[in-house]
Amino acid sequence: MSNPGNTGPKSVINTFNVIAGAIIVMGLVITVLRFTKGLGAVTNLDDNNPWGIWIGFDLLCGVALAAGGYTTSAACYIFGLKRFHSAVRPAILTAFLGYALVVFALQYDLGRPWRLPYPIFYQQGTTSLLFEVGLCVMLYLTVLFIEFTPAMFEWLGMKKLRAVVVKLTLALTIFGVVLSTLHQSSLGALYTIAPSKLHPLWYSPYLPVFFFVSSIAAGLSMVIFEGTLSHKKLHRMMDEEYLKHHDGVVLGFGKAASLVLFAYFAIKMIGLAYDNNWHYLTSGYGLWFMVEMIGFVVLPCFLFALGVREKNMSIIKKAAIITVLGIVLNRFNVSLVAFNYHLPSSERYFPTLMEIGISIFVVTLGVVIFRFITTRMPIFFEHPDYKGEH
Amino acid sequence: MLRRTFLGMLGTACVGASIPGVASASKEFNGYPGSKGVLFDATRCIGCRKCEEACNKVNELPAPDKKYDDLTVLDTKRRTDAKTLTVVNKYKSAKGPLFRKSQCNHCLEPACASACFVKAFKKLPNGAVVYDESVCVGCRYCMVACPFEIPAYEYDEPLTPRVMKCTMCAPRLAEGKLPGCVEGCPKEALVFGERDELLKIARKRIERNPDRYIDHIYGEKEMGGTSWLYLSGVPFSEIGMREDLGTKSAPELTAGALASVPMVAGLWPALLGGIYAVSKRKDKVAEEEKKEAVANAIAQASSQAEKTLSEALTKADVANKRQIEVEVKKAVEEALTPKEEQEENSEEES
Ligand code: SF4
Ligand code: SF4
Repeated sequence: MSNPGNTGPKSVINTFNVIAGAIIVMGLVITVLRFTKGLGAVTNLDDNNPWGIWIGFDLLCGVALAAGGYTTSAACYIFGLKRFHSAVRPAILTAFLGYALVVFALQYDLGRPWRLPYPIFYQQGTTSLLFEVGLCVMLYLTVLFIEFTPAMFEWLGMKKLRAVVVKLTLALTIFGVVLSTLHQSSLGALYTIAPSKLHPLWYSPYLPVFFFVSSIAAGLSMVIFEGTLSHKKLHRMMDEEYLKHHDGVVLGFGKAASLVLFAYFAIKMIGLAYDNNWHYLTSGYGLWFMVEMIGFVVLPCFLFALGVREKNMSIIKKAAIITVLGIVLNRFNVSLVAFNYHLPSSERYFPTLMEIGISIFVVTLGVVIFRFITTRMPIFFEHPDYKGEH
Repeated sequence: MLRRTFLGMLGTACVGASIPGVASASKEFNGYPGSKGVLFDATRCIGCRKCEEACNKVNELPAPDKKYDDLTVLDTKRRTDAKTLTVVNKYKSAKGPLFRKSQCNHCLEPACASACFVKAFKKLPNGAVVYDESVCVGCRYCMVACPFEIPAYEYDEPLTPRVMKCTMCAPRLAEGKLPGCVEGCPKEALVFGERDELLKIARKRIERNPDRYIDHIYGEKEMGGTSWLYLSGVPFSEIGMREDLGTKSAPELTAGALASVPMVAGLWPALLGGIYAVSKRKDKVAEEEKKEAVANAIAQASSQAEKTLSEALTKADVANKRQIEVEVKKAVEEALTPKEEQEENSEEES
C-alpha cells in the first residue's frame, strides 16, 4: 500500500487529488451516457445476464464490506468489549458511507431509479427477498446515519442533540444488528430462487446463512484493513487513545475473524454434504471452488490464528486483506462466475470498461468523502470537550 | 453457558429458517380452477414461424430484421427479447430436425411475480401472467428469477425501459379471442383451453401413440407447474428444455428465507438485550470485585502499616526506654519545681 514517491503529506494530497479528480470526471461522463443512452449503451448486460458488476460488486460486495459497522458496534456496546471502543467510530463511518454509496450506485443499475421508493411506499412486493433487502438497507442506512451524528454534532458543537443521540446508542446498536442480520442474509437468499442458474457448488438452501456468517468475517477484516490504511495515511488525525487501543483491536478482531472463518468453512462443508455435491469438486468449477475455500477461507483462518498466537500484527493484517479479497471473490462467484454456468461461453457476461469505470468512480467517491470527514470530525480522536465520555 | 445457549439459538434460527419448506406458505397450489393454458406439441410443429408473425402483429411489435418466411433464421439459436415475445428454434435429432416454440410459460406460481418487489407481475385467474409497467422499478430481479429465461428488457431505453414478455394475449382473451400464436398456427401444434382439459388431451395423445411421444408432459409439474404445456417425441433436453428444474415452485424455494425474517426480528433484540445485560452484569461484578480487591489491599496495607508502626514503636520503646525514663524523670523533676510555684499562683487567683 505504500506509495513510492509520496514522502510528505503535501505531495500525497496532490497526487491523490489529481487521480481522484480524473476518476470523478470520468465517472461523470459515463453517468451522462448512462442516463441519456440507456443501460445498453454503457453495459454488457443482456437478457440472459440482467445483473452485472453493478450488482455483484457495488451491491453485494459493498454491503458485505460495510459489515464492520454492525460487528464493531455489537462487540463494543452489546458484548461489552469496551477496549474496541476506539474502533467504533471509524467503523460506523465506513459502514454509513458504504451503504450510502451502495444506494447511490444502485441508481445506475435501476431502469427507473426515481421509483426506488415505490416498493416501500407505494406497492409492497412482500414475497420478494429484494423487498426485504431494500427495506432493511433503507432502515439501516438511517440507523447508521443517526449513529454517526454524534461525531458531527461534536464537530459542530451541538451538545444537546449529541447527548440525546448518545443515550440511544444501545437501542440503535441492537436495531442495527437485527437489520444487518436480515439484509446480509437476504442478499444470499436472493439467489435461492434460481437453483437452475447458480452452479450447485455455490447454490445452497443455506445461502442466507453463508452470506450472514461471511459478512461477519468481512466486517472484522475490513475494520483491521481499513484501520491499517488509515494508520498510514491519516496518522496525524489519531489521538493517543486511538493509537493505544489499535493493536488490541487488531488482536481481538483477528481472533474473532479466525473463529468465524472456521465456522464458515464448517457450514460450507455441511452445505456440500447436505446436497451431496462432492462429486462436483473434480470439475473445473470444483477446482475454482477449492481455490476459494482453501485460499481465501482456510488460509486466512490459519493466518489469523497464527498471528494472534504470535502477536504478530503484520500476519493478522495480511490475513485481513486475504479475507477481504475472499469476500469479493465469493460474491463475484455467486453473482457472476457461477451464475448462468449452464450458458455457452458466448452468452456469458463480462463487464465493459465503462461499467468498471463506474464502480471505480463510486469507490473513489467513498475514499474522498471518508478523507473529508476524518480530517475534520472526531473520528480517530476524541473530541476534547467529550473526553472519556462515551 | 448463556453465550452457548445464544449461539445454539442463533443456529436454529438461521438454519431452521433456511431449510426450504420448513415454514413454507406453500400448501400446494395447483392453479386457479378453470384457468387457461396452451399445449404445444413438438411432434406437430414444422418451424414455419407463423406463430411468431402472429405474435408480432397482435402485440404491435417493431418489424423484425428478417421476414417471417425467411427460415434461415432458424439456423441460429435465439431467445425472446424486447421485440420478440416468442421464438421458434430448430434442433437436430435422430428423427430429423425438430422445432420448439418458446415464450413465457405462465407458471402457476411464477418466479417473476414472487421475485418482484413492487408486485408488477400478477397471475390472473384466467392463467395469464401479466406485467404492469407503471410500477416497475427496473431492477430486473424478475429476469434473474425466471427459470425459463423469458423476460427481456429494453436496455436501450434510457428513461422508460420495460420488461417484455408474452402475456398469453391477456387483452385478447378478455375479448374472447384466442392468443395470436394459437390462431396463427396452421398445424394445430398449439391448442388453447382449460389447463385441466389440456392435460387430459396430452395424456390421451401419449396413450394413443406411445411410440410417437415420450411419456412426460413438460410443465405439468416443472417449477410447481406451468400453464403452458409441452409434448415431445424426444427427451425434452434435446429440444433445449431443462429437465433439472425440479418441481418446487419459486415461493417454495424462498419460503425458508422469508420465514426467518420474523424469527430474526423477534429473537434478536431479546437475545442481544440479554447478552448486553450479561456483559453489563459481568462488568458490574468485575467492578465490585475490583473495589473489594482494592479495599482488601488497602486494609491489608494499613494493617501491615499498623503492625510495622507498632513494631517500630515497641522497638523504639525498648531501645529508648531507659533514656526516656531518664528524660521523663528529669522532666518531671524539672516540672515539679515550678509546679509548686504555679499551684501557689493559681490558689491566689481563685
Ligand atoms: S415463465 Fe418466467 S416470465 Fe413466465 S411466468 Fe414463469 S417465471 Fe414468469
Ligand atoms: S424489473 Fe420491474 S417487474 Fe422485474 S422485478 Fe424489478 S420491478 Fe419487478
